[in-house]
Amino acid sequence: MTDKQNNQEATMSKSLYERIGGEPAVNAAVELFYRKVLNDHRINRFFDNSDMDKQIAKQKAFFTMAFGGPNNYTGQDMRNAHAHLVKRGLDDSHFDAVMEHLSSTLVELNVPADLIAEAAAIAESARNDVLGR
Amino acid sequence: MVKLTIEENTYACQPDETVLDALLRQEVNVSYACKKGTCHSCMVRSLDTPPPEAAQSGLKNTLKKRNHFLACLCHPEQDMVIKLPDQSEFYTEGTVVVNDMLNRNTLLLIIAFKDAFEFNAGQFVNLQRADGLTRSYSIANTPQESNTLEFHIRRLPGGRFSEWLHDEIKVGDPIAVSEPRGHCFYLPERSEQGILLVGTGTGLAPLAGILTDALAHGHSGPIYLFHGSREAEDLYRIDEMRQLAEQHQNFLYIPCISGKHVPEGFTHGRVNEVALSTLADLKGWRVFLCGHPEMINQMKKMTFLKGASSADIYADAFLVTPF
Ligand SMILES: Cc1cc2nc3c(=O)[nH]c(=O)nc-3n(C[C@H](O)[C@H](O)[C@H](O)COP(=O)(O)OP(=O)(O)OC[C@H]3O[C@@H](n4cnc5c(N)ncnc54)[C@H](O)[C@@H]3O)c2cc1C
Ligand code: HEM
Ligand code: FES
Repeated sequence: MTDKQNNQEATMSKSLYERIGGEPAVNAAVELFYRKVLNDHRINRFFDNSDMDKQIAKQKAFFTMAFGGPNNYTGQDMRNAHAHLVKRGLDDSHFDAVMEHLSSTLVELNVPADLIAEAAAIAESARNDVLGR
Repeated sequence: MVKLTIEENTYACQPDETVLDALLRQEVNVSYACKKGTCHSCMVRSLDTPPPEAAQSGLKNTLKKRNHFLACLCHPEQDMVIKLPDQSEFYTEGTVVVNDMLNRNTLLLIIAFKDAFEFNAGQFVNLQRADGLTRSYSIANTPQESNTLEFHIRRLPGGRFSEWLHDEIKVGDPIAVSEPRGHCFYLPERSEQGILLVGTGTGLAPLAGILTDALAHGHSGPIYLFHGSREAEDLYRIDEMRQLAEQHQNFLYIPCISGKHVPEGFTHGRVNEVALSTLADLKGWRVFLCGHPEMINQMKKMTFLKGASSADIYADAFLVTPF
């Protein structure tokens, strides 16, 4: 097998999480993303009264998930985690805002467009669970 | 319900209870101060099963391995056999050598030790009274200054520990001091980085230690210290800080008064608001926040939004123990 084939083989079998850069990539993304979220008056009320360090840890979980990385969340967990937000009016418009920030964060970090699309698709697949439908 | 066994006795732990609350309810004498996993004064050890992971968060790996855990964070998953700390294992005895007032409600307490006490400027310790009452206090000096620890203690009316320190402790008295704790300290790296120090009341204690340490290490970036309270009479070390600012061109001292009466030389406003309006961009800055828990929570968020990276934001909230 040539080196090129070898590389290709490796790329094919790696998860999006690994291809995007694993935990360091998540760490870089979380800060940018969370600043955008807190500055966005459409959605920042959902994040308001919370402990910053804990919130950052949770956003790390968000990115790990969006990148298809290792996590133990089920759809039911997503429902539970966001149920109190749905009660406070969380809807599609808020979900769309989060999707915007997800993409723009990854663009800022120079993540290739095809990988961004993959991450967006994974996040999109959580829409009904997050919105409790 | 699970059973907790200590020597010959067993105690019930209800589903919504922590090990600490269960033991206190059943009148077992365990020391504690914060009930939030910060002070580590409630550290105990499991003798049979590994404790739940969440009860070990923030402990050193060596302690984790030996099944030490924080009773205040532990919701047991099964019956446990527990060993309470042998107090002498964690506490060193010191002697009070200075006991003076810094202003109308803040005590300067200096404790001396026989041997060097290792710590980083800005960390805190737990002080313990003979009856086991324990509270956390920040260290205000740097390790370079002989075998002593300096503390600034504010009198809380009706506060059990602070009133005891203010009213009863005398020079020459012994006092038990824990190992140093906390991550709010200066590391001598990136010396051109800007440093923002914001404190209310005795929040100046750890900040003064951090400041002295940074200057001693030749930190060359700008260092801003904002110290605030309601009235000028509740600030302290004002002249010393002004003098330091004269000696070090990169150090700026901004005492803030939130109350109505603002003497010449002080800035009017809440310390957090003054700091934020003074510094427009905190990208790349290191931030230290000490004192009032609400101020700290708000400032963590605001300094982050102004560009400071969350890994560069250090904070010690002076939580008062909940009942
Ligand atoms: C990391 C950390 C660092 C700290 N550093 C410092 C420092 O450098 N300097 C400093 O001064 N403090 C510091 N603190 C705060 C300190 O640990 C104590 O919480 C503070 O001194 C109050 O303790 P106390 O025993 O005097 O008050 P407590 O007896 O614990 O009482 C707390 C409050 O409750 C009220 N109270 C007491 N009894 C009752 C009752 N029966 N019913 C209702 N209310 C009651 C009191 O009036 C008081 O306002 C720090 C705290 C932490 C967590
Ligand atoms: C795009 C799909 C989304 C995914 C994959 C996702 C994922 C997650 C995850 C994994 C957590 C941590 C749960 C925990 O451990 O407690 C979380 C928490 C949270 N999410 Fe989402 N999320 C999504 C959309 C949203 C949206 C649209 C909002 C609001 C605008 C939101 C607001 C929050 C908040 C506020 C928390 C913290 C809840 C708390 O502190 O209790 N999320 N999310
Ligand atoms: S860590 Fe448990 S009481 Fe402070």
